[in-house]
Amino acid sequence: MADRTALEDEDVDIGGKADRAVVRDALGVGVAVGLSGFAFGVTSAGSGLTLLQTCALSLLVFTGASQFALVGAIAAGGGPFTAAAGALFLGVRNAFYGLRLSQLLALPRAVRPFAAQWVIDETAAVALAQPTRRAARLGFVVTGLTLYLLWNLTTVLGALGAEAIGDTDAWGLDAAGPAVFLALLAPMLKTGTERAVAGLAVLLGLGLLPVLPAGVPVLLAALAAPAVLWADGRRRGRGDAR
Amino acid sequence: MNVWIAIGVTVLGCYAVKLAGLLVPAGALERPLVKRLAALLPVALLAALTAQQTFADGQTLVLDARAAGLAAAAVALMLRAPFLLVVAAAVLVTAGVRAMGAG
Repeated sequence: MADRTALEDEDVDIGGKADRAVVRDALGVGVAVGLSGFAFGVTSAGSGLTLLQTCALSLLVFTGASQFALVGAIAAGGGPFTAAAGALFLGVRNAFYGLRLSQLLALPRAVRPFAAQWVIDETAAVALAQPTRRAARLGFVVTGLTLYLLWNLTTVLGALGAEAIGDTDAWGLDAAGPAVFLALLAPMLKTGTERAVAGLAVLLGLGLLPVLPAGVPVLLAALAAPAVLWADGRRRGRGDAR
Repeated sequence: MNVWIAIGVTVLGCYAVKLAGLLVPAGALERPLVKRLAALLPVALLAALTAQQTFADGQTLVLDARAAGLAAAAVALMLRAPFLLVVAAAVLVTAGVRAMGAG
């Protein structure tokens, strides 16, 4: 590597490297999750939706957990509004990501309606993991674009190939979703507070699952965040100093 | 027709909540407590989703091959494997366990 003669050179170099690292991470997430659109296409077709309906979901809803929830509910014989309610409950978390992202990305008002469609677990996780606004914006755009293109492409392929592939569970494709979520979650578990939130959320999510309608337990699990914050605050209050 | 109604409602609703998050004024998020909360909410949601998609079958809790797959993903993460490899490990191990007749 060439000698660096000035501080600016070094900054540029570091910036370039950082950009490449961001793009690599974003592509990794975008490609891995984008490919799981295949699993959605297969599941949706298997649930009795037409090719057009399946593709409409990936193009227009574009939030995987909600899409899976919707086709699952339809397959189970749920009415249109019950099915949509479950999907919506799962989609509400994207509003929370939006809250964080609007601050972090500082997008112009005119861009927000277009950026909104890409506000999902994966773009939020990649953007939030970046140290600077520039890196966050880059991560958001690259993840969003890669994921949107691949997710829709693999949805079509999955829907078309559903009959050929047979039992998708036998291929282990249903494990892709949770693995993706775990990989997104892992870098966020930096302190005891975050781990406590995650642990409590798991307990709430699993504990409430058998007794509440689909989608509701995940929303209630979000209460782990304020609960742990409150407990933290109390502990600090009692510790007197700080 | 019913399916299209469900799709339409879901499309509009899911887009509306995404946009709502982005449109909340920045001033509303200045308080440190709100910032902390907004940072912790994704942690809670992702953790709950991971657990449900691993251990749930509809509304029943189950322990099947997906758990082995997720464990493989966790090991891959601890070894700092790239994202695709983490997901591939989960899929392959799950498929492998099922092929052996378990779960």
